Order: sequence, then structure tokens, then C-alpha cells
Amino acid sequence: MSNSSDFPSGPIKKIKGKCIYLPGNDIDTDRIIPARFLKCVSFEALGNQVFADDRIDSNQLHPFDRDENKNGSILIVDKNFGCGSSREHAPQALMRWGIRAIVGQSFAEIFYSNCLSIGIPCALISEFDIKLLIQEINNFKQDQLTLDINSQKLISRKNSWSINIEKAASNMLLTGGWDATSILISQKEKINLTMQKIPYLNSFKI
Amino acid sequence: MSCKTLYDKVWDLHRVTELPSGSTQLFVGLHLIHEVTSPQAFSSLEEKGLNLFCPERTIATVDHIVPTKNQIRPFSDHLAEQMLQKLEENCSKHSIKFFNIGSGNQGIVHVIAPETGLTQPGMTIVCGDSHTSTHGAFGSIAFGIGTSQVRDVLASQTLTMKKLKVRRLWFSGKLKKGVFAKDLILHVIQKLGVKAGVGYAYEFSGPVIDNLSMEERMTICNMSIEGGARCGYINPDQKTFDYLKGKEYSPKEENWDSAVKWWQSLSSEENATYDDEVKFDASEIAPTITWGITPGQSIAIDSCIPKPESLENSDQQTALEAYKYMNLKPGISLEGLKIDVCFIGSCTNGRLSDLQKAAEIAKGRQVAKGVKAFVVPGSEKVAKQAEEKGLHQIFIKAGFEWRKPGCSMCLAMNPDKLEKDQISASSSNRNFKGRQGSAKGRTLLMSPAMVAAAAVNGAIIDVRKLLH
Repeated sequence: MSNSSDFPSGPIKKIKGKCIYLPGNDIDTDRIIPARFLKCVSFEALGNQVFADDRIDSNQLHPFDRDENKNGSILIVDKNFGCGSSREHAPQALMRWGIRAIVGQSFAEIFYSNCLSIGIPCALISEFDIKLLIQEINNFKQDQLTLDINSQKLISRKNSWSINIEKAASNMLLTGGWDATSILISQKEKINLTMQKIPYLNSFKI
Repeated sequence: MSCKTLYDKVWDLHRVTELPSGSTQLFVGLHLIHEVTSPQAFSSLEEKGLNLFCPERTIATVDHIVPTKNQIRPFSDHLAEQMLQKLEENCSKHSIKFFNIGSGNQGIVHVIAPETGLTQPGMTIVCGDSHTSTHGAFGSIAFGIGTSQVRDVLASQTLTMKKLKVRRLWFSGKLKKGVFAKDLILHVIQKLGVKAGVGYAYEFSGPVIDNLSMEERMTICNMSIEGGARCGYINPDQKTFDYLKGKEYSPKEENWDSAVKWWQSLSSEENATYDDEVKFDASEIAPTITWGITPGQSIAIDSCIPKPESLENSDQQTALEAYKYMNLKPGISLEGLKIDVCFIGSCTNGRLSDLQKAAEIAKGRQVAKGVKAFVVPGSEKVAKQAEEKGLHQIFIKAGFEWRKPGCSMCLAMNPDKLEKDQISASSSNRNFKGRQGSAKGRTLLMSPAMVAAAAVNGAIIDVRKLLH
């Protein structure tokens, strides 16, 4: 479990850590964090509850329960990861468990932007490369890999795989702009100008 | 790249600036909040010492956690009570209009905003809830966001966003008797898949969409997200304007004509460019029902659960997982499958016309022995209208429970839950593993009429067999 002092902050350039492979397409956010755990007014307790029902169902064999995956921080997934509900509780639960980056074949839209807004990069990898990557992490379970956002590579002891984080997202990560609030409020003048030209804010008189 | 579509026009109007990162800062016209995804946003705002930029453009209600049987405060579930208290506190502290229980305007957030006239064409609308796509039925650009973005919208009335591509889904032909908007959207998701909409806004258009009522259009846009599209919309027309006329928060009489004039100018142009287009013949759609664990795993009621070899490679693994979880065999029909629970309600199908269609089936019939069937109106307004029309009596007489408004068993963050491996016939939107409150619970999604038919038959049945 991760402490709040280790949560992402500021510019994020590289993430180094063990990889955990979680197989399966279309893993939805209800599975990542079942709805009963959303009955809370803070995200604090979510780390323990990540994949709660899947883990019970797998009798301690779930990737998040296996000893060899302890302290893993780069999650490897298949297609359409994080589909369904927009609950930010899902990336929050993963982050609080210890995940700092996710590499997968594709991501659901809202999940992707929720991850970005808390400083967790979601990087795309090809179907061909993910097979080789999984082979290697199975062979060298304790190895630490490096996800380098600038060069868009996932680097292991033997290999380097191309990953893709779209430009705006990687810029936001590299500059710390993923924590968008202060950037957004600094544009007050432009926000006011925009508001002046929107008909429904001006009695439709524009 | 798309141009001259409604999406392009609304996007351009709300674009504040291009940020150095390359993403767009977008102004939000209407921000809806509820008890589940907002408390952490308010805490974060306070930690940063920030105030609300436009408190009058945020509207709150409570829906996910409300019990539908006994709504007397304090709720017996203290966590639910705590969440509601937190919302009450945050709204009062920041002067946010709050539609609380008993106000006459409470209900599922995606039901109340349209029915009060808050949702209007040409707006950008966001909410910490993926089914915000519902509001696109009015020709608005509406999409779900996470809690950090809720905070950003509270603080600046804007968020960072990347422009989506636009795919037009064109529907010709005519929906057959017994086939509803829900069947149409389930059919689309089955044909295109649950990932196809990623990166796209869906524009639903063509003669079939023109013929749909506003409530049916909301059902369609609501489930855009199940097809992977964060946002779905329909060009506004006379039906849209007629629906909005005279609503509490619709433009006032003196502004009405100029509002309509502007709304009319928003529709996608004849010569608009789309990034992609898919055509459907609506006459080919039958009552559609899910059999698996994603909303894309559905079949026409008169066909059989697909065999793995008939599916694309990438879909086979999820199908195998689904046969096992649902305890259903490939190659069989769903007709005759015994069900335990029937749920009519949700932001997809909890509006007056949905209840009317279900009541037509329930009228003069009885819920089968051993089946628990209940109806949850989407809002206090829907409940009131339904009761004025006597629908509640039809349901109660037939053996359904008539409940109070809320999200109920769509996601089971309240006392309404499946038990063990019960099978539910549900008018909601998601059939994910464990979605309805039991880790082994099984959900079959279908139209409200099909749910009512299953309730009286005790097993899945083609609703067309019960129509006169």
C-alpha cells in the first residue's frame, strides 16, 4: 500500500518499477472498485479494496495478491481497460495500492483522463509487443522496468519497447500540467471573454 | 477531421483557449453534481484554498445512495446518511442549488436536468457520472468526468479536454412493433462493439431518430458510453423545442424566440464532414437482450447465444468468461430462462414513457410466483406524473412494488441489491460482473416492456407475444 507522500506530484518524467500483468479485455471500473466501496467521502481507504470481488473469486491467485507482484507499480493490461462508470475511485484505488503507470493495448476514454488528472500515465503498446513484454516479465519477475515518457519507451534489462502517450498528455505529465486547476484558473480573463459570446449566458441576445 | 457538425459548432463556441500542453480549455455551461463523485472534489478545493467560479452554473441532487423504500432521515445506512449530509453541507456553504428529497425536483441526475429544462441545446454539460451523455439528446455536448475534473469545473467552470472525432450513425427504415429505443441502442453496441466509440462523439441521426420522442432519444444517448463513446448527441428539432417550452428553467417567454432561432442554427449542416459514418436499417432490429457481462454481448430475442467460433478472436476470451459467469451455454435461446428479479427504472429507462410501456404489459396480468418485481421512477416528477395517470395502481395490482425515485438496483449503492447468483431482467444499462450488488449476480439488459413481460411470465419471453 502506498503513502500519500509517494503520490504523483509535479513533473513526471520516468517511472521505475516492477510490472504486474492483469489479463483480460473490457475490465470495467465496477470490477476495479465495486460500487459498495464508493460509499465514502474520501478516497483514503480505497487501496485495500481494489479488485475486491475478483480477488475473492480467485482465491488469492489474483495478480494483486501474488507475492511476486508485491510492490509492483507498472500495470500491464489488455484492451478497453477501465470501461464503464466514470468513478475516479478506480484510478484512485489503483494509485493507493501502489500503481504509478499503466501500459495497455487500449483504454476507455474517461478512465484515461481520470488517470491523467491524478498523474498516472496510460501508455499504449501494440498487440505484438505486449506478448513479448509479458514473456519477459514472466521470466524475470523481480526486474524493475523504466517507463520513459520523454522517449516513449518501456525499457527492461534486455529490451526496449515503443509505447505511445499522446502528445498533450505527455506534455502535461512532463511539465506537471496534469494538475490542471491552477492553469485553468489563471485564464480568468479568457474565460470571461468566452462567457460573453455564449448566447445562453446572455439572454440569447448575441 | 469533422467540420460543420453540431459537435464542432458547440465545441468552438465553448473553447476558452489552447493550453501549452496542446489540450483545449473548454467552458462548461451546466455542471451537475451528486453525492458520490463530489465530496472529494470539494475537499480538494478547500485544501487548495479555492472558491467556486460560477456557483449558479452547478446544480446538485442526490440519487445513487437513496433508499427507495423508506426515505425518512436519518437513513438507516449511516454511510449513505453521511454522504447526503456532506452534499447538503457543501451546497449550502457554496450557495449551490440543491434538489433534495421531497423538493419535488429530486431524482436521478440525468432525469431531472432535462425535465426541469436545465438541459438545453448548444450547452456543454458535465457531471461526475458516465451517463451524462444522456443530455446529448437535446443537442448539447455532454459527457462524464472524474472527481478531479469536478474540482476543476467548480474552481474555473472549465476543464481540459481533447477534441473528439465525430461518427454519424444513420438509421433508416422503421422500428417494428415491440421494438424500442433500448433495443436500437443495444443493437448498435452489439454490432459496433463496446470499444468502437473510444475517441469519438456519436451523432445519432436519420428518419428513425427524427421519429423518436425526447425520452426515447435520451435512452439512446444515455448508452453511448456503453459503446465506448463518451458523448452522443442528436440534432435539436421542433420536438426538442416543444419539450422544453414552459419548463421551469427553460428560456423565459421574452427570450424564447431568440433561443429557438439560435438552437436551430446548431444542427449539423447538410454538407458537414464526419470522421466516420455507419448506416443501420432499423427495420432489422428485434427486441434485444444481453446474455453476457458486457453491454455488447447481446442477441435478438429470436436468436441464440453465439458460439465462440462465430466470434472474432478478440471477443472470444470475454465470451468464455461470460458463459461461465452467467452459467449459460452457447447456442441456446434465452426465451424460457427463469428469472428471479425484475427491475424497471434507471437513467436509461426510468421516465414516464418507459413506465407506460411496462404498464401496458403489466395491466391485467400478474407477476409470476417467486419473482421479485419492482418499479423505480426516475424522479419525483416522474413519480407524480405516473401516479396521476394511475400507473402505480396498475403495477401494484399486478404484484410489482412501487418505489420512490433513485438509481436503485442499476448499481446497488443502496439497499436494492441482487442476492447470490440471482438472475435479473433489468431496464438499466450495465451487465458487468457484480454490477447489481452481488458478486455473483447476473444481469440481463432489455427494454422496460421486455422486463415487464419477463416479470409476468417468470422467464424471458419475446414481448411481441404479449402485445395485442
